[in-house]
Amino acid sequence: MMGNITLMEFLSAGREVAGHKPWPRFQLDARTWRKLAEQMTVSNWEIMAEWGEPAEVHVLLRGEDSGAIAVASHPCPDGKFFALGQARPSAIRLERAIRDLWGLVPEGLEDQRPWLEHGRWGVKHPLGKPREAEAKATTYRFHTAEGDGLHQIPVGPVHAGVIEPGHFRFHCQGETVVRLEQRLGYVHKGIAGLTAGKPLHDAGRIVARVSGDATVAYSLAFARAVEAALGLEPPPRAVWLRALMAECERIANHLFDIGAICNDAAFSIMLSHLGALRETVLRANAACFGHRLLMDQIIPGGVARDLPDDGPSILHHARHAVKKGFHRAMQLYDETPSLLDRTTGTGFLSGALAHRFAAGGFVGRASSRGQDARRNPGYPPYEDLTFTVPVMSDGDVHARLMIRAEEIKASLSLIEQILAAMQPGPIATPVALRGAGEGVAVVESFRGDVVVWVRVSEAGKIVRLHAHDPSWFQWPLLEAAIEGNIVADFPLCNKSFNCSYSGQDS
Amino acid sequence: MPLIPPIARIIARHLLRGPLTMKGAPDPDPAGLMELGDSLGDLSRARLGRSLAIRAVDAGSCNGCELEIHAVNNPVYDLERFGIRFVASPRHADVLLVTGPVAWNMAEALRRTYDATPNPRWVVAMGDCGRDGGCFAGSYAVAGGVSAIVPVDLHIPGCPPTPTALLSGLLALLQRVDGR
Repeated sequence: MMGNITLMEFLSAGREVAGHKPWPRFQLDARTWRKLAEQMTVSNWEIMAEWGEPAEVHVLLRGEDSGAIAVASHPCPDGKFFALGQARPSAIRLERAIRDLWGLVPEGLEDQRPWLEHGRWGVKHPLGKPREAEAKATTYRFHTAEGDGLHQIPVGPVHAGVIEPGHFRFHCQGETVVRLEQRLGYVHKGIAGLTAGKPLHDAGRIVARVSGDATVAYSLAFARAVEAALGLEPPPRAVWLRALMAECERIANHLFDIGAICNDAAFSIMLSHLGALRETVLRANAACFGHRLLMDQIIPGGVARDLPDDGPSILHHARHAVKKGFHRAMQLYDETPSLLDRTTGTGFLSGALAHRFAAGGFVGRASSRGQDARRNPGYPPYEDLTFTVPVMSDGDVHARLMIRAEEIKASLSLIEQILAAMQPGPIATPVALRGAGEGVAVVESFRGDVVVWVRVSEAGKIVRLHAHDPSWFQWPLLEAAIEGNIVADFPLCNKSFNCSYSGQDS
Repeated sequence: MPLIPPIARIIARHLLRGPLTMKGAPDPDPAGLMELGDSLGDLSRARLGRSLAIRAVDAGSCNGCELEIHAVNNPVYDLERFGIRFVASPRHADVLLVTGPVAWNMAEALRRTYDATPNPRWVVAMGDCGRDGGCFAGSYAVAGGVSAIVPVDLHIPGCPPTPTALLSGLLALLQRVDGR
C-alpha cells in the first residue's frame, strides 16, 4: 500500500463531506487516519494546516506533485487521535496546540508539553470540554544541551526592541549557539473561540487582526473562504482592488524588513531610507483606501470602498518614488562589503528542511522551495498578470533579503498592471444566504501562505473558524538556522525570518 | 565600483535638499506635525529635562500598533528630534507604552515590567484594544484592557493609532503630567 498513490486516491477511501468548497473534505476512520500518518513518512504530501474541533481533528493537505488540495478529517469522540507529528515534525507544535485548546490527545507524539497554554487561563481545553482550573503558571521544561562550558541565555518574553513577545532559550558555547529553543504563545488571544457564533462582519474584524502586518491577506483569505462556503462571486473590480491592496501590503512590509535586517547589522541608513519609502506607501494607502495598513477594507462579497478619482495617480506617484528610492537603496546594499559580510552565509537554512516543513514565503523561496499561493493553487486576478516568483538556493540572510527585493520589484510591476487592467464597475456583491456551508482559502501574504477555514450557519453566522499563519512552519526552522551562528547574529537571523508572534499564537 | 559611492550620493542628496522630515507631506495639515512637535518638545524639556524615555511593551497586540510605533521613529516623523526615544529596558524608562489587549499569558510579564520601571512613571495604553480589549474582549485568553493589570494614565485611541495620533497622545500625556 506504500506505492505511488496520489493524495486524492488515498483520501477517496474516506467519506466525502458535502458542501465543502472549493476543495473536498474527507472523513477518515481511525484505521485510515493511521494509514495517513504512515503515508506521511513516505509521501511528499504537505501539511498546510492542522486544527481541531471538540470531537474532530482536521488537516489541510497538498499533494506536492499533483498540487491537489483537500482536507482530511478524523472524528475522535474518545478524545484522542494518532499524531502526524512523529512523521512530520512541522505538525508537532500544531498538535500540541490542538491538545491545549480542544483537549484532543495526539497519541504517539513524543513531545507532550503544552504549547499555547501557560497555565494562566483559569480554564483547561477552552474550546473543547472546558474545565475550570486554577490560574497558576506551569513550569516549562526546556530541552537541554550538555557539555563542557555550555551556558544558557534566557531572552524574553519582553524584548529590548519594539518587538512582539516570545521567549528564546539559548544554549551557547562561548559565542556560538549550540541550541535555540523557542517558547511562544504569550499573545494567544483565543481567536478561534472568539469568532465562533459571531456574524460575518464581526468575525471578519477579528480575523483581520490575527497578524496586523498581514491584515490584507487575512481579510482576503476570510472573504474568499466565506465566498466559497456561500457560493458568492465578487465583482471583477473588487478582485482587482483586492490584489492592489495585497501588493501594497507586500511592498510596505518587505521595504521595512530589508531596512530592519540591515539595521540589525548596525547599518542604520538603510532603515532610515527604506522607512521613508514605506511611509510613502502607507500614505498612499491612507489616501486611496482610508487606512494606512488597509485594515477591514476587504469584506466577504467584495471590498469596502472604491478608489477615489485621484487614486490611480496617487498610486502611480508612490510607485515611481518607491521604485527610484529602492533602486538607490539596493545599490547601497550591493556596494557595502561590510554589510554583505554580515548577511552572506549567516543563518543558513537547507532546502531539505524548507521542503519538509513546507515553509512558505521568502523563508522557503530563499531555500529552493518556490511555492507561491498566487500561482499554486492560484486565485484571481493573478492568472491575468505577469510576474515571476524569485527562488534562490543559498538559504542565508542575504538570500532572504534578496528574495524580498525581487518581490518588491515584481509587486511594483503588478500594481502598474492592475491599474492598467482595472475597469469601472460595482465593488461588492451583497451577501445572500443560501444555506450552511464550509469553505477554505489559501492566500499569499508577504510572509507566506495564510489559510482560513470557516463553517457558516444557515443564519449567516460563523460556526467555527480556523486561521493558520505561515509562521507555524517558519518558527521551528529559525531554531535550525541559528545553530552554529554567534549569539550576536541572532537579531539578524530573526529579522530575516520575521515570523509573526501574534499569527502563530493567535 | 562607481566613482562616487552610493552612500555618499544619498547623504549628499539629503544635505542639498534638506531632510525628508521638513518636506511637504501629503497630509491635510502639513504644519500640524511641526507645531505638535514644537509644543511636545517644550513641555517635555520643562518637565523632564531634555528627554523622555519610552519602553514599549506588547501585551497581546496583533502587531499593527508596533508597525505605527516603528513609523513614528522613521525620518518622516522622527520622534527623537523632540528628545523622546525608545529605550531597551524598563529601568531606563519614564513611560511604558503598552499595546494590545492584555493576554493572560502576558499579564505577569507586564506587571513585572511595570514594577521594574522607576518612579515617576506613566503608562500609556495604545490602541482600541488597550482601552478595553477591543474586538478581543471576552475571550478566555484575554484579561481585558491594559488597566486590568496596571494603572493607566492615558489612552491613545485608534486601530492602530496613526503616528500623528501617537505624537499628539504623548503631548496630552505631558500636559497631564504638568497639571499634577
